[in-house]
Amino acid sequence: MSNKLPPDIAQMPSKPPFWRDAEKRAIAFQVVALLVVAFVSYYLYSNTQANLERQSIATGFGFLDKEASFEIGESLIEYSAADTYLRALLVGALNTVKVSFIGITLMIILGTLIGVARLSSNWLISKLAASYIEVMQNIPVLLQLFFWYAIFYESFPPPRQALNPFDGLFLCNRGVIFGVPETHAAHAVMGWAFLAVLIGSVFLSRWAHKRQDLTGKAFPTLRITALAAIGVPLLIWLAYGAPTAMDVPALSGFNFRGGVTVSPEFSALLLGLVIYTSAFVAEIVRAGIQSVGKGQIEAAMAIGLKPGQRLHLVVLPQALRVIIPPLTSQMLNLLKNSSLAIAIGYADFVAVTNTMINQTGQAIEGVALIMLVFLFFSLSTSLFMNWYNKKMKLVER
Amino acid sequence: MNQPNNPTREYLAAPISKVGPLAWVKKNLFNTWYNSLLTILTLGALAYIVPPFFKWAFIESLWNSSSDACRDIEGACWSIVPQNIKFIILGFFPEGQEWRPILAMILLLALVIYSKERSRWTKLLAWMWPIGLIIMGTLMYGGVFGMPVVETDQWSGLPLTMMLSFFGMVMAYPLGVLLALGRQSKMPAIKTLSVVYIEMIRGVPLISLLFMSSIMFPLFLPDGMTINKVLRAQVAIIMFTAAYIAEVVRGGLQAMQRGQYEAADSLGLNYPQTMRLIILPQALKIVIPPTVGILLSAFKDTSLVVIIALYDVLKTTKVTLQNPHWTGYSTEAYLFLALLYFICCYAMSSYSRRLEKELHTGH
Amino acid sequence: MKLVKVIAVAICMTMLMVGFANAGKDLDSVKKKGYIQAGVNGGVFGFGMPDEKGVWKGLDVDTARAIAAAIFGDADKVKYIPLTAQQRFTALQSGEIDVLTRNATRTLSRETQLGLNFVQVNYYDGQGFMVPKNLGVKSAKELDGATVCVLPGTTTEQNAADFFRTNNMKMNPVVIESTSELAKTFFAGRCDVLTSDASQLAASRSIAPKPSDYIILPERISKEPLAPAVRHGDDQFFDIVNFSVLAMINAEELGITSKNVDEMLKSKNPKIQRFLGVIEGNGKALGLDEKWAYNIVKQVGNYGEVFERNVGVNTKLGLERGLNALWTEGGLMYSPPFK
Repeated sequence: MSNKLPPDIAQMPSKPPFWRDAEKRAIAFQVVALLVVAFVSYYLYSNTQANLERQSIATGFGFLDKEASFEIGESLIEYSAADTYLRALLVGALNTVKVSFIGITLMIILGTLIGVARLSSNWLISKLAASYIEVMQNIPVLLQLFFWYAIFYESFPPPRQALNPFDGLFLCNRGVIFGVPETHAAHAVMGWAFLAVLIGSVFLSRWAHKRQDLTGKAFPTLRITALAAIGVPLLIWLAYGAPTAMDVPALSGFNFRGGVTVSPEFSALLLGLVIYTSAFVAEIVRAGIQSVGKGQIEAAMAIGLKPGQRLHLVVLPQALRVIIPPLTSQMLNLLKNSSLAIAIGYADFVAVTNTMINQTGQAIEGVALIMLVFLFFSLSTSLFMNWYNKKMKLVER
Repeated sequence: MNQPNNPTREYLAAPISKVGPLAWVKKNLFNTWYNSLLTILTLGALAYIVPPFFKWAFIESLWNSSSDACRDIEGACWSIVPQNIKFIILGFFPEGQEWRPILAMILLLALVIYSKERSRWTKLLAWMWPIGLIIMGTLMYGGVFGMPVVETDQWSGLPLTMMLSFFGMVMAYPLGVLLALGRQSKMPAIKTLSVVYIEMIRGVPLISLLFMSSIMFPLFLPDGMTINKVLRAQVAIIMFTAAYIAEVVRGGLQAMQRGQYEAADSLGLNYPQTMRLIILPQALKIVIPPTVGILLSAFKDTSLVVIIALYDVLKTTKVTLQNPHWTGYSTEAYLFLALLYFICCYAMSSYSRRLEKELHTGH
Repeated sequence: MKLVKVIAVAICMTMLMVGFANAGKDLDSVKKKGYIQAGVNGGVFGFGMPDEKGVWKGLDVDTARAIAAAIFGDADKVKYIPLTAQQRFTALQSGEIDVLTRNATRTLSRETQLGLNFVQVNYYDGQGFMVPKNLGVKSAKELDGATVCVLPGTTTEQNAADFFRTNNMKMNPVVIESTSELAKTFFAGRCDVLTSDASQLAASRSIAPKPSDYIILPERISKEPLAPAVRHGDDQFFDIVNFSVLAMINAEELGITSKNVDEMLKSKNPKIQRFLGVIEGNGKALGLDEKWAYNIVKQVGNYGEVFERNVGVNTKLGLERGLNALWTEGGLMYSPPFK
């Protein structure tokens, strides 16, 4: 609208009246728009203030350091009913991060598998993948969550008759319980060593690239890294005398003690989210792979690249460029859909905030917190993926 | 399906023919060793899963019996659906008036099916929709022709789901287009407002907007004024969907070449004229397929109103499952509902694919 | 454009849904509307839940019907608005509903901080624990380490947390925001213990696959007087709601039932005559028709009838009257004189 004057007006020597002047009109229009927004906000704000006052509802975030006085089923950090609301919210936020992180990882793996299966030359596999995609995309995720949760608690036996397919693993309506190695000094060292190998591999790959640029000799960075990542912790484990003690779950009292328990709520949420979203990811992966021209693969064959190299050096870098933007939005979808946890009783951030709203009656603060926290999660995911996308784009020369 | 070995042996024995089912089987299922292995493994898995499911769903099942009869069988109790169909589909709509929502839904369906062909997108259709909607509204609300009034809070079940999604789509679309134009605008204030709105809504889950509509919104209104719960949820769905539509439409706007704007300028068209006559018709046409995708997810997302205790079709199903007689048949009820949603969504998504093809050849 | 027309129609339809209540005077706005809007639970069998035809049934529902009968002479003039625990107080404060009949516990903070007025209690309750018999648990003190099914954000949840804390026990909560959904989860064995108001435990037990497999432990860890609530600000409306509940109790004290109420009109007992409006005065004092109490008893029944019909021993819930018996029979139900 602004600087697109019709030619006849632009050539007019005298100044047009201000309502004909596109630039001034633009300014007036913006002022009006801002005024309307400001007025509406003020109106809502004053109504809210009046209502809060009339109903004597407390305002502000002072409640955050009051005692929460409710228990939370699962938590990554130490928590009890005597802790503050702030800590309860932190527990909820961490639970959201937990389910989203694991969910996104599984979603990418499953989605890629199904997307590749969809392109398989095997008719049966391809059709199965196609029907998976069609069916799962077209059923609301909330319905899927209810379905999986119902399966969990209606079909699995109680703890005393838990299914025990092999030693150390129990399946019952309290969830999946499995044994883990007992804590030992070796584990921490192994973890650090693993991390060190990963950091080392970054430098290794830089050096390898440089060397390849100079000499043309390829260096098997990936294989060496994989070998080291497994081998070094293994050596440390052996050096510590190979501790094999396991923390095996056993039935005591009401529930299993020991081992790690994955609750049905968490499992149902994870299952529903991953199955639903991976159907979309599969379509994205399929489109991505199909976007790489046949000529590219033929060219790669012609210069004698092995199948693995073809995939790694030619197909993937190009397909990823098509895949990453829509994949990012599916990651965000999974993150946002994890808020449906409240419907099946997983203590995510929304569920904890909901309880808090019920107890304190401070709806505005509660909803604002939910929005802020999810905005933060969404934006940080987007930022990370944008960075990754840019990095992948650099491969293009 | 259950004898994977048979065809293998046959194809090994006989010379390979280029036609016929055996050749097809070889080409599509057993063309390499790992594909053969995959086929056999998959068939094995299917043989393990499908027959028990078939037995559960069809052989040992009951289709229309009392709940007591269901306690004695091993298979599926589909009876939960026909025995509760009135409540699941229509919810609280008063007894004896069931024909009204059913007729309204049929009318809506007929209109949608009629509008499918692009050749029918004419002036006539433009009149049929509002008239059809008025008839539907009258059927639902009543008050004339001797039909007793049915208040909006008694609209539940499938009609509510349809209403929430239909108006969600219709109202969100123009709002989304406006937001997209705002985001592309050269006016900084308008642009900022649009960007903030779009990014904020897209960054938060729908459930937070529904919470806002259900517990926060009443506080925004002046004392004594209330807005129906359904309408508040409807507004939340519209606000949510509009942000997503805006992003899709922006894609269409960005795809327009500069020449189009310049051509419009040289004709002396002003901004509204340029948009209405030149840019939007082309841009919106490009983005029809992704828009249908957004509408599809809006349709699925209406099920979230369960969480704020609106009786859409998912909630009525859940209430049915809470009835003492029918607890424990969640699988059957949810499968029925999944089928219902699947049919609607599948129809929409295959329509979008068809449109995509049609529009593609049009270029 | 067709979209424009469709939108115009849509806007017209939304007009149907915006309500302007008369600020301050609830009774006037209720009378103008011609019905009362009652917030109900929607998921507690025997208290507030739709049956398979979509007709609302329950003790709380009948309380709302009694209020409608008193004001309009027609118990059907009620709009039921199902609410979650989260929405219930906001809905009342904002005027979306006129009266909350949704098994809400009367507490000091709710009366003061939330700006509500609770009327006569329509069910005296206390929080208890239900466990499967085969666990062999005899007392709530043996529940250390148990998985507990509980509704989130309720006084129940806090009470349970307090109880376990004061007794130095650990609990693993499983929280689902729907009473019947929670019960379903418990019967499927997801938790060892279901904790809730004892009446709701009984309601839940009644829908168990085998009710005799479960016992309700003897401990009551809290007092839960469940009462209908209205907003601050309209004393007359408060009186009407209060006395509608009391009228059901008074009718039982006087021996008036929905079956014999027409004969009772001929009674010579002045208490009955005053109650049923044969001797006029009560109706005028409340600003209602003189037949208001007659309408309640005729159309809804006395408290005993309502109790027995919805939750009594012959229903699936099978609850004893207990604290909810008349004061003459050892309970707490006591009505002030109607004069």
